[in-house]
Amino acid sequence: MESEFLTTMVLTFELAAITTAILLLIGIPLAAFLAYGRTRFKSLIETVVSMPLVLPPSVLGFYLLLAFSPASVIGEFLTSHGIRLAFSFEGLVIGSVLFSLPFMVHPIQSALSQVPPSIFEAAYTLGKSKFQTMVRVILPSIRHGLISGVVLAFAHTVGEFGVILMIGGNIPDETRVASIAIYDEVESLNYAMAHQYALTLFVVTFAILLLVYTLNKKSLGEIR
Amino acid sequence: MISVNIKKHLTTAEGPLEAHFELSIHNGEFLTLFGPSGAGKTTLMRCIAGLETPQSGVITVDGVVWFDSKKKINLPPQKRSVGFVFQDYALFPTMSVRQNLLFAAETAEQKKGVNELIDLVELGNLADRLPSTLSGGQKQRVALARALVRHPKILLLDEPLSALDPSMRSKLQNELSLIHERLGVTTLLVSHDIAETVKLSDRLASVAAGQIVRIDEPMAFFSPNSLSGKLQLVGEVLKIEEDFPAFVITLLVGSSIVRTVAGSAEASALRIGGHAIISTKAFNPILIPIKDPK
Repeated sequence: MESEFLTTMVLTFELAAITTAILLLIGIPLAAFLAYGRTRFKSLIETVVSMPLVLPPSVLGFYLLLAFSPASVIGEFLTSHGIRLAFSFEGLVIGSVLFSLPFMVHPIQSALSQVPPSIFEAAYTLGKSKFQTMVRVILPSIRHGLISGVVLAFAHTVGEFGVILMIGGNIPDETRVASIAIYDEVESLNYAMAHQYALTLFVVTFAILLLVYTLNKKSLGEIR
Repeated sequence: MISVNIKKHLTTAEGPLEAHFELSIHNGEFLTLFGPSGAGKTTLMRCIAGLETPQSGVITVDGVVWFDSKKKINLPPQKRSVGFVFQDYALFPTMSVRQNLLFAAETAEQKKGVNELIDLVELGNLADRLPSTLSGGQKQRVALARALVRHPKILLLDEPLSALDPSMRSKLQNELSLIHERLGVTTLLVSHDIAETVKLSDRLASVAAGQIVRIDEPMAFFSPNSLSGKLQLVGEVLKIEEDFPAFVITLLVGSSIVRTVAGSAEASALRIGGHAIISTKAFNPILIPIKDPK
């Protein structure tokens, strides 16, 4: 029982960490596009990114489940290449990335849109490419936005329930994360175990948020 | 020699405008663009820097084409050798003063020059501070030094002193003049301040509604009748009082208040807030040294 608890907790934070890393990689270019892009598709993409904020997780989970099923076009393609996403850890990662996307993109987007255009232009007139400018000048100066995005995406993934329930189920060491385990233990009237999960989640997430906000405040104090 | 002949579509507060700028700047010259806001001064600078693209025309610098709409040449800002000083300084917030300058340096020689530039703008003891801890005047000096790191062909100053208080402004004007003398870099300045333009520039270009109306020496601008005065001061009219039969005019010259008497014809040509030249034709000046407060 104890090892099952550990397995579940490790899986929970593994999922959150991998999801956050992927989100950081796709979130920065996406946020930059939304902050500076000038195409007519911008509103459309902005809407899609923000959808998980208002959509019930079960809706997203339901459509992902349909997409992953071998009966669908996507699912058939994946299955023929030996990839099974429904009720698998990889499937959970995809679901979590989609579901936590706005929590990563929005803080970065708002931090980027506060950077004065002259900062970019100054770097360009000093011979720096767009990529150099982004990496050396812009990203360091919006690090509070990056930290907020990382923390929110991580915490949101840890706390995710509906999507995982729909596409992941409750397979130990594969898709059984803490939030599902709590529900499961309560269903089987195992309140002590549910409490152990709940309290651990509570304490760990509280500690992470507290640490990050304290560090963030210090580093901001240096810049401002 | 920098020669510019460009057309650019402008959107101003007074509506759209077809700007046509024709200008040549000699090497080592300090040229000031002067004129009302919305005339296109900043746009002209941004076109030279490559931050904006003209609709048509040619920009060449020492024989190198930076922009030519017919030949479809448009060098990006990175490939143009410019030093741009922005109105809001645009310092990189996470880098110290020295790092801001070092970031701009490309060659080992330019990296070596960084310390010299820091000394030139008197920021030696602030070199490791972050920009957020500096005053406006200090930030402006960093921006100026940073723009000079790569030895640009042209230094572009977009109202660099407009956000500073008068005494800091005057101090930085002196420094700017000194730096220009020392380094001899071709400089283009946008300014609204008459005293500043007279103090700094070799020539003045008057810009109005997207055209360069006239280029001349600064003093020639402000004394159109070419007064043969021996002493000329440019000041802002603060007050016009009638003191029959004459008028008493109060002017702000630099940071000093000057009062002078004017006839009614002269006085009627002046308006409060406008600029005027005080000139005396024959006089015997008395100079009294002022003791330093130190």
